[in-house]
Amino acid sequence: MTSNASLAVLQSAGRGRARRREWVAVLGRAVRTGRGAAGLAIVGVVVLIAAIGPALAPYPSTSFVTAPFANPSLKFPLGADTLGRDVLSRTLDGGWQLLLMAAVATLLGVAAGAIIGVAAAYFGGRWDTLMMRAVDVILAFPQLVFALLLVSILGPKIWLIVLAVAISHAPQVARVIRAGALDVCERDFVRAAQILGMPARKVIRREVLPNLTSVLMVELGLRLTYSILVIAGLSFLGFGLQPPTASWGLMINENRIGLVANPWAVLAPTLLIAALTIGMNTLTDAIARASLGVGRQADDAVLPGLVVAGAGQ
Amino acid sequence: MTAPAGGADAASGTGATSTGPMRLSVENLQVLRAPSRGRATVDVVDEVSFRVRPGEVLGLVGESGSGKTTMALALLGHVRRGLVIGGGKVVVDGQDILPLSPAQLQRMRGRQVAYVPQDPSSALNPTLKIGTQLREVLAAYEGDGGARAERLTEMLAEVGLSTVPGILDSYPHQLSGGQQQRVGLAMAFACRPQLIVLDEPTTGLDVTTQRRVLETIRDLCQSYQVAAVYISHDLAVVAEIADYVAVLYAGRLAEVGPAREVFASPAHPYSRRLLRAVPSLDRSQVLRGLAGQPPRPGSRPPGCFFQPRCEFALPECEAGPPPMTEVSPSGHSARCLRAGEIVALAGAPDGPGERPAGPGATAPLLDVRALSATYGRKSVLTGLTFTVPGRQCVAVVGMSGSGKTTLARCLVGLHPTWTGDVTFAGQALTPGVRRRSRDQLRRVQYVSQNPYLALNPRRTVRQIIEQPLAHFERLSSGERYERVVAALSAAALRESFVDLYPDQLSGGERQRVAIARALILEPDLLVCDEVTSALDVSVQAAIVELLRGLQHERGLSMIFITHNLPLVRSIADHVVVMNNGRICERGPVAEVLEAPKDGYTAQLLADVPKMTVAVGEG
Repeated sequence: MTSNASLAVLQSAGRGRARRREWVAVLGRAVRTGRGAAGLAIVGVVVLIAAIGPALAPYPSTSFVTAPFANPSLKFPLGADTLGRDVLSRTLDGGWQLLLMAAVATLLGVAAGAIIGVAAAYFGGRWDTLMMRAVDVILAFPQLVFALLLVSILGPKIWLIVLAVAISHAPQVARVIRAGALDVCERDFVRAAQILGMPARKVIRREVLPNLTSVLMVELGLRLTYSILVIAGLSFLGFGLQPPTASWGLMINENRIGLVANPWAVLAPTLLIAALTIGMNTLTDAIARASLGVGRQADDAVLPGLVVAGAGQ
Repeated sequence: MTAPAGGADAASGTGATSTGPMRLSVENLQVLRAPSRGRATVDVVDEVSFRVRPGEVLGLVGESGSGKTTMALALLGHVRRGLVIGGGKVVVDGQDILPLSPAQLQRMRGRQVAYVPQDPSSALNPTLKIGTQLREVLAAYEGDGGARAERLTEMLAEVGLSTVPGILDSYPHQLSGGQQQRVGLAMAFACRPQLIVLDEPTTGLDVTTQRRVLETIRDLCQSYQVAAVYISHDLAVVAEIADYVAVLYAGRLAEVGPAREVFASPAHPYSRRLLRAVPSLDRSQVLRGLAGQPPRPGSRPPGCFFQPRCEFALPECEAGPPPMTEVSPSGHSARCLRAGEIVALAGAPDGPGERPAGPGATAPLLDVRALSATYGRKSVLTGLTFTVPGRQCVAVVGMSGSGKTTLARCLVGLHPTWTGDVTFAGQALTPGVRRRSRDQLRRVQYVSQNPYLALNPRRTVRQIIEQPLAHFERLSSGERYERVVAALSAAALRESFVDLYPDQLSGGERQRVAIARALILEPDLLVCDEVTSALDVSVQAAIVELLRGLQHERGLSMIFITHNLPLVRSIADHVVVMNNGRICERGPVAEVLEAPKDGYTAQLLADVPKMTVAVGEG
């Protein structure tokens, strides 16, 4: 046997199998755990209420249908609010805008933060310092205060609230993504692309970002929770949707004087917001654990001698 | 004295020098993977038996995945999560330690059995001073504080650290890797254990440090009559330190016997192939890799585990696991039906060993003049001048920190702040990638050190290999695919690899994919940075032969960066020796390695662990 013949062709039998995209795989693993399933179920119920609620509402959410703070009855299952509007109808109608705003703000914020974080890690040096110091400045403001500042100066416009929340997310996301990207940018496959003279944008898109999928997923989940809280909080403080529009945050504020007369007017939106954030947090936690598990399996393959299902033969 | 406990009586293994009882006696040790998540129980280590006498070193040799570390931990009565000890005995000084309770084991560890892990930097607490950590060890095992100060000085003297000023007040990061490992040894020997288990303690140290650490281990074992089990994948190191050798393959002992006999006349085909894969400092030889991979637990063949890769296999080999067969009265035995025949082959010619002359050199392809580079204010490379002739391989050797990798990064454009003149094929090469012409970028390619970091885990082999092509040439997807398959076959991989992801590949396969990615652009110069240092010796041999073959067939020039001097002999035509960012010697390989003119080169050569291999010489 000559050396070339003996090593000629190595086998790969039995290893070819199609693979799902990573985010699908991570999500799948997360949902299969008890924690993930519970989180998804809670979030699912609240989102469903917010999404199809407006169609189910028995009364128009802005009509005065009974006495202020009327107790729950068969006709008005959750009673009436401070102006005699049906609490059930307002609750069903008051969520979708909050959710939509939170989702858009989160997407914008995470996207901006990811761009800043990856760029800082990839270019390093002076760029890194400059971007990260700028990030530190914004980080110095508490998130709610920062949003309040913008909104109180420029007026309570919906797009402004979304933008303010997005901007307040970006620096925190940038920090986390930068830390993850620093590690990826040091790997040799990134260098292999660089020495071909590939433009940075292409290297980042093809080599760096796909390796940050799970970090990004966790950030999305986490930031969504915060978005909901901040937007609901702003709404409670009177910035956001204006009366008479139904909105969960606003409802809490409007009805808190009648807490004793009809607690449901406050409790219903509060419980929904609480359920949404707790559910979202639980789901995110499950995703984080699932992606860790995925990572650990990959690491095992690196350690000689450890047995990894699917890596062998 | 070591004898296979399985076959022969203890008495039959008694040679001239062996007297006294066994320090360590391992009998039919079995480690199982506990059934979980629908996976059946499988043996990770099985039927392992060997013995070690006081003052002797047993070298336990095996490649990645052979179960070395599992074995090492089992000798301490410990298994990793998910594993259980299935049976057998580990008898230390007459006492079987496996049935002991966790508390008893805890008391025994350190006092009777000590362990030196592979990576000293992770074994020492980075926040405590060395003195504090050593005192802790003494306090834990000796209790009284009486003679502790004296013992501390004694411990340091034993491992040759007493001359290091202020060592007791240093933190681990202030010490070199060699010094850290010595501290680890001092701790292990502190309580005069009967058995010490060393898990690749010199991996990652440079040859000079390695030689001194090995000497320290030998001396300590002899002076305190400690039995040592030295685990390593490096056969040359084991040849240097061990009295007895046990070769582990797929969780079973393939061969065990006195070191001299095993190295001179291996009785198992696997040992024979392993030895032939080790490059020699004295001769440029064709290295023989081993095709395929060792079977993993759970997918091991019914008969002899090595049979699918064995050149001596008989039909009987598939029937059942062969028994341990003794081939010499000294206790040398192997788990092979043809052990007797194979021992007799020792020294017999076995195909072409000496490397045939390669293609002649052509005009210089790369001309480096006065290349200097810095990291911040620290100067890393100073005035390097050398040339790479066309169709030749130039090895760059040096210890860690000598600037080898920085040199590679300068040449491929990743370290864009160097000064000096580098001419490639008659044209100046600019420091950064940005200003190089497309042609230059295409013609200089790079293969990096660690195959586990070199491939994007989110892309398939096909996507990885065709990326450079997509960047440089406008081809249809069909044409690209053809080029990918051609590059794969040049790297001795099948077309069926295209849809696999990197984590489905072994280390050697990943490195082949990285080589295919570099080859697809048909470069003229390949810069290889320690491409085999993360690989097993049999895989290293295969990769080196692959590169050598490609170099001859395609007339490639190559810069082969390595710290492994024997490897230089087998792969390179010219060698550049680096020390502290300067070139201290350069010239044709045979000249430099046989008659070094520089003192540093001579020292390096003297420190290389040497192994006389009697097989595979034509």
